[in-house]
Amino acid sequence: MKATKRWVQITSVESIPLREGRSVQVGEHEVAIFNLGDRFLAVGNRCPHRGGPLAEGIVSGATVVCPLHAWKVSLETGSVVSAPNAPNCVEAFHTCVKDGFIFLEMPLASKAKEESSSACVDQERPASWFESSAVVQDNPDLKNIGV
Amino acid sequence: MEKLVVVGNGMAGVGCVEQILKHAPKFEITVFGEETHVNYNRILLSSVLAGEKAADDIVLNSLEWYQKNQIELRLGVRITDIDVAGKTVAGDDGSVTAFDKLLIATGSNPLIPPMEGVEKDGVYVFRNLDDTRALLDRVGKGVRAVVVGGGLLGLEAARGLQVHGCEVTVVHLMDTLMERQLDFTGGGYLKTKMECLGIKVLMEKSTTAILGNEKVEGVAFKDGSTIEAEIVVIAAGIRPNVELARKAGLQVNRGIVVSDFLETSLPDIFAIGECAEHKGVCYGLVAPLLEQGKVLAATITGNQGPCYEGSVTAAKLKIMGVDVFSAGDFSESAPGTDAVRYEDAALGVYKKLTLRDGKLAGAILVGDTSDSHRYMEWLRTQADLTPQRRQLLFPAPAEDAELDVAEMPDTKVVCGCMGVTKGAIIEAILQKGMNTLAQLKECTRASTGCGSCTEHCQQLLKAVVPEFQEESEKVLCKCVPFGEEKLRDILRSQRLRSVQEVLDIYGNGHGCEVCKPALSYMMDMLWCGDHDEDRSARFINDRVHANIQKDGTFSVVPRMRGGVTSAKELRRIADVAEKYNVPMVKITGSQRIDLLGVKKSDLPKIWADLGMPSGQAYTKGVRMVKTCVGTDFCRFGVQDSTRAGIELERRLEHLYTPHKVKMGAVGCPRNCAEATVKDIGLIGQDGTWQVVVGGAAGKKVRKADLLITVESTEEALQAATLFFQYYRENANYLERTYDFVERVSIGKVRRDTVYAPLAVQQGLRYRLRQSKRLARDAWLEGDEPRHPTQFVQIEPLEKVNQ
Repeated sequence: MKATKRWVQITSVESIPLREGRSVQVGEHEVAIFNLGDRFLAVGNRCPHRGGPLAEGIVSGATVVCPLHAWKVSLETGSVVSAPNAPNCVEAFHTCVKDGFIFLEMPLASKAKEESSSACVDQERPASWFESSAVVQDNPDLKNIGV
Repeated sequence: MEKLVVVGNGMAGVGCVEQILKHAPKFEITVFGEETHVNYNRILLSSVLAGEKAADDIVLNSLEWYQKNQIELRLGVRITDIDVAGKTVAGDDGSVTAFDKLLIATGSNPLIPPMEGVEKDGVYVFRNLDDTRALLDRVGKGVRAVVVGGGLLGLEAARGLQVHGCEVTVVHLMDTLMERQLDFTGGGYLKTKMECLGIKVLMEKSTTAILGNEKVEGVAFKDGSTIEAEIVVIAAGIRPNVELARKAGLQVNRGIVVSDFLETSLPDIFAIGECAEHKGVCYGLVAPLLEQGKVLAATITGNQGPCYEGSVTAAKLKIMGVDVFSAGDFSESAPGTDAVRYEDAALGVYKKLTLRDGKLAGAILVGDTSDSHRYMEWLRTQADLTPQRRQLLFPAPAEDAELDVAEMPDTKVVCGCMGVTKGAIIEAILQKGMNTLAQLKECTRASTGCGSCTEHCQQLLKAVVPEFQEESEKVLCKCVPFGEEKLRDILRSQRLRSVQEVLDIYGNGHGCEVCKPALSYMMDMLWCGDHDEDRSARFINDRVHANIQKDGTFSVVPRMRGGVTSAKELRRIADVAEKYNVPMVKITGSQRIDLLGVKKSDLPKIWADLGMPSGQAYTKGVRMVKTCVGTDFCRFGVQDSTRAGIELERRLEHLYTPHKVKMGAVGCPRNCAEATVKDIGLIGQDGTWQVVVGGAAGKKVRKADLLITVESTEEALQAATLFFQYYRENANYLERTYDFVERVSIGKVRRDTVYAPLAVQQGLRYRLRQSKRLARDAWLEGDEPRHPTQFVQIEPLEKVNQ
């Protein structure tokens, strides 16, 4: 089966200060990466409400508060926490850290369009998925790209 | 005169002496104290350990008190023997003192469970002021501490150590914390709360040894496990100090056996407090020993009255944010006992009452102790609760309360401290239009003393003023559930210097967009800028010093003091607008120029090109002073408002405030720069300045109140800056001056600023100077960013071609 995702090296862990976020453009995806101290989490950078830059928000536990109108978005699932019935959510991306660098798991180009709409379905993923180093070791894609 | 000797200079002994002095003078009194301190409030030792109080704050009787009452105080002397026949006591200093009556109030000693290694350096008990001081010398950030004992004292000690930065583990032998005061469920709630504070709790652990060579290195348990530690505090309980009594031949069980009149088994010798045992019970709390003191004082002075019948014990855990109260007998096993429970796990509230024959037998409150007074009253009076059976766990319905105040005669004194009657309060409400508690306090002084009549005052307001709304203490937010005034106290007394520390210790550990900026402000204000500024707790505007716009771009407003600019500045602004393709250049409502639609990464370059300081248009801080043209050109101007405004702006710029502060200065009463609707306004008149505060022309429109009228410009600036610092220190975060002035009343503002004693004014000025000394133009960070990527757009290291 052909892989639909791959790991992309983004930046050094020092680039993102503790409990802050930074945005990065990866292909066609604008991603906000957050440093939670014990892990890095990543979601789409644009708030589902009015497109506010989530990377500039205040981090509150494992959520971020959009700087424009204070919508609260889960960094683990990408869903909107402050309005539980909000139909929209942002995409959540897997992260991992290796040798002091942050990696994001990005959808491959051809699949990206189709998959973006399915992100909401993924809401219930356990947080343990994001605990990074194990993911690195076991991920064949990552080995393929020679990390 | 008869000689009374008191062995023990603690709360029981001296408390009884105080009672004895209330009767006619009858004795020559000598008090022996083994500790070298005057009588202090032992219950508050945990507050001293936690840094909330200084040792001096807990003194109950000063040396002057002993002198004034002609009591001979012998400190640092331990009484070693009682000669019962010869009626003397011998001290370890070789002294022999004769007595006619002897009062033993030797208290108790810490109970040290059998374990190896208690002599090691780093093992402490927590019983007196010296223990507390020794502990304070050892605490510090990262020091690992184990507290053996999960009772009242152990938990308070644990918290005290933790606020100094120690990593604390509480080890408890039983399966319930505070098992003498709480049932299993209540203990569980308490455990969760302690863990939320960041204190580890290990249950059912029997400590067998303290590890290490000379110094403590850890603790070993019966189950074979160990933990590492540098400090061990043993708080496993107390044992009545009865050695002296036993040696003298008094009847002793666990404590010194006393009668209903506190007499021991031998004539003329009495015992009281923790060392005494009455009807099989040794009390370890403060209320019983004060009750015993009263009975004994009457007995010993020949005024024997009612006998001592034992006490209803009540205990309250003194840990800020962890409310626990327990009174009476909470066990449900006795026949005929009913239990009434309420519990809300999410809120952490647990309440249980036990009833016997329709009367209250015991109460446990965790998470909400607001009703403890009522339950104590029911325990004391043994009122029949059958009629209220459905409302036991909820406050009395409001109608009843209103009925109470309505029935009160007008002559009845509501506020005993200030002697204010109900009639005076009603008059103030009806005649003078007082309709908030603050106004009522200001006008009548009611409820400004001890505050116990606050509820009555509120009820009167509620009854008379239809639109009155009760002022409940508003907590900052659910992440740190304290009022802001309380939080300022906590930060100050606990010397907390970073937002995360506050959240870890007093909150839920992560905070939110409401509390983080508020705490950031408090830190900055309290420590005058000398603290660990945590940028992640600031709103984005305060991280990049520009105002975020709806599309994620930023706006840039340079400072233009007093609205005065120059051709050079304007040329630079124009150049910047062109060079960086600024989409909009706009004159603001505050006599300044706004460059809108700027990219974050361009900010440092723009600031450098502008060469002007930040106008702080993005933050809760000093915005500007709007001025009219004053005397230089205007034909009506009588004061140089332009220069006064520029100077005011210069003195206050770059500081943070609870909410934005917009000011104005006008040179004549025509008020062209609208100073009467500014947070602070200077209004020039012929020969004087009016300084006005609390004006608004935004969400709310409010004419400013007159603070003071002065003659010179310097005096006007001084008055304005006094108010400014007072607002900084006392307003809640996001409270504009117009709400602040209304809340505290302009009368109080005046009294606390321009009419305050010189020392108070100097304090305000000093702290403002300190803050100003460390305040910098935020735009200087363009050259020296706080973080390498503060203004930088991160590019992925690996290109993705899609």
